Amino acid sequence: MDLRFSAEELDFAEEVRTWVKANLAPATRDKVLNAKRLGKQDYSTWHASLNDKGWAVPAWPVEHGGTGWTAVQRHLFDEVLAEEGAPELPAFSVKMIGPVLIAFASDEQKSHYLPRIRSGEDWWCQGFSEPGSGSDLASLRTKAVLDGDHWVVNGQKTWTTLAQYADMIFCLCRTDPTAKKQMGISMLLIDMKSPGITVRPIITIDGAHEVNEVFFDDVRVPAANLVGEVNKGWDYAKFLLSHERTGIARVGRSKRALLRLKAMAEQELADGVPLAQVPAFRDKIANVEIDLMALEISGMRLLAAAESGHAPGAEANMLKIKGSEIQQRLTELMMEAVGPYALPFNPDARDLAWNGEPIGPDYAAPLAPDYFNFRKTTIYGGSNEIQRNILAKSKLGL
Amino acid sequence: MNFDLTDTQRMLQDTASRLIRERYSFEERSRIVASPDGFSREIWAMFAELGLLGVELPEEYGGIGGDFQDLAIVLDAFGHGLVVEPFLPTVILGAGLVNAAGTPEQKDKILPEVVEGKLFLALAHGEPKSRYNLAHVETKAARSDDGYILTGAKSVVLGGDCADLFIVSARTAGAVTDEHGISLFLVERGSPGLEIRGYPNVDGTRAAEVTLEGVHVRAALLLGEEGAAHPLIVHAVDRGIAAVCAEAIGVMAALNDLTLDYLKTRTQFGVPIGSFQVLQHRMVDLVVAQEHAASLAILAADRANSADAKDRARAVSAAKVMIGRSGRLVGQDSVQMHGGIGITKEYAGGHYFKRLTVIDRSFGDADFHLARFATL
Repeated sequence: MDLRFSAEELDFAEEVRTWVKANLAPATRDKVLNAKRLGKQDYSTWHASLNDKGWAVPAWPVEHGGTGWTAVQRHLFDEVLAEEGAPELPAFSVKMIGPVLIAFASDEQKSHYLPRIRSGEDWWCQGFSEPGSGSDLASLRTKAVLDGDHWVVNGQKTWTTLAQYADMIFCLCRTDPTAKKQMGISMLLIDMKSPGITVRPIITIDGAHEVNEVFFDDVRVPAANLVGEVNKGWDYAKFLLSHERTGIARVGRSKRALLRLKAMAEQELADGVPLAQVPAFRDKIANVEIDLMALEISGMRLLAAAESGHAPGAEANMLKIKGSEIQQRLTELMMEAVGPYALPFNPDARDLAWNGEPIGPDYAAPLAPDYFNFRKTTIYGGSNEIQRNILAKSKLGL
Repeated sequence: MNFDLTDTQRMLQDTASRLIRERYSFEERSRIVASPDGFSREIWAMFAELGLLGVELPEEYGGIGGDFQDLAIVLDAFGHGLVVEPFLPTVILGAGLVNAAGTPEQKDKILPEVVEGKLFLALAHGEPKSRYNLAHVETKAARSDDGYILTGAKSVVLGGDCADLFIVSARTAGAVTDEHGISLFLVERGSPGLEIRGYPNVDGTRAAEVTLEGVHVRAALLLGEEGAAHPLIVHAVDRGIAAVCAEAIGVMAALNDLTLDYLKTRTQFGVPIGSFQVLQHRMVDLVVAQEHAASLAILAADRANSADAKDRARAVSAAKVMIGRSGRLVGQDSVQMHGGIGITKEYAGGHYFKRLTVIDRSFGDADFHLARFATL
């Protein structure tokens, strides 16, 4: 048993760090480190840089452009990127649909889509949730009916993250309304420019436009865009949701948030004393830091298990629960740190280019909005209650 | 990075687990706790025979020269069995201190006897007013012609009722809470002026109040340098913390197993109570708490012997906070989910709860270590 990284692993991390420092656009880095608003261009440029370096799809098989790194190297890569302020690329393309296509798609689909995912040419979004199908995802009703060599899709998806940027959507559709609910679902790859698709923004309580409703009105999708077999979509969805779970803890991101929190707690004064030295607040920081230390080692234990060939099982659900709670706690404490300056709502200040006079400390503007926004973390990706249901069943046998 | 057990660790795990399984059933343990000594010398002899008392000690003293992770494996197994034998005071604290600070003569005399199971040790450091402050020492050691005269009182000395040899802290210089000026002395049971009032703790382990009234100690029985014992004591206590954390993981695992089993077998309203989602989610939270605590217990064991005192303190205090919180949750919720049976003497569950409660109170509770962690 040895909790320290080997010299080779640390050298690898340094190599990644040096490269990121040299290749990440300073403006993008500033946005990430200071919680400013990121645009599509920030993501695309970064994705292109990674692709030029051959690092866009580390976990994929080498034949499809993967790096062949060990699980520990992939973990260190994610960590260093998070620490250095690289934008976290949405998981939908590289981490979600990519592995599904590699596992289940036809050769034609692979040779068409995989290079475009790797290069970042296509932006993908995820068509799973529906207004009536959240935790009970398998009850989804968006239907696809075969008409000659096309599927005709009708229905509605919701909570579709960054659909406003997307070129493609992977979409679960009901293809057999008579079958048991999990058995009649298929996965289709749909061009977002198809006639009949309407994207309508959902503005969340922080004022952000992150998620959308996507409507399908007689959308015609080539039959060749079916993934794998018809009515097997639920299996692919489960595969997708269980893949790359090791990143779900968001340790790197939370470590960065902890540093921001500590920096604020040194700046902010209560009765002339830095908040970091006020025992009540100091202890709150210490508590979340300790939780994060535990989470990091739990994540490494999962990695080590993955390295020796065990599929991440129930442990990944545990990481999701703790990781999301820690992210929320950190946003809450940052909001708390600025005291009354949590109140002013100044969304313009989230633009890096905005050069108006800040209201209060320059780091205050995003804090309350981020607190509100991050309530999502215990809801998305299977709510934490669903995670507990899964754990109760799969790990505890209840 | 590697979480696999070494061959030695696998061997220790097998050995310790088998011993607990075969010789340390809950009924057997209850009998041991109720015996006059409050622990079993027969079991202790088996520990010696199996090499468990010398896991970490150098081979020249009869040990196997392992590291703290090796010890942690044994402690985890002891947690499953709720072992009450004085392993912590004798092996972790006592022998650890002698090995770290003893002269060659002191080590030659003491360590082989520990490994052979012939000598019980205790660290007599805490005092009635010290609470968890390790620098608070009122006991005085005054110079005499050929040594020192010790006067003072030591409280809740773990393993103190059976110890043959006490490691007593006393002030040779400085004010009551100064870190400088604390010294350690080896004091034999039976020394004139040494009074020992042994008693059971709430969890079945044992301790003593120790009074020293002009106890004469020869100069050769000074352990370590005069006046410079504070860092040694801090390190010994950090090791004690790493040890109880490793043990607590075993305790929590065993208790969670019991609770889970109960949820599957206890029926009410015509169904197993584990079919109720409200209890399923609580049970999941207990297992999650156990797993995350285990992560920090592993870290604490990894750093328990680190020469970097700050790095060590950070790991150990973080683990202690987490164990305190998780142990409280696992213990209290287990009782609640069991219902009345959970607080009966005849059922093992409540005894695990008691051990977890005692562990949180040992070597500084969660609040104490949270403050320590935050101010490092």
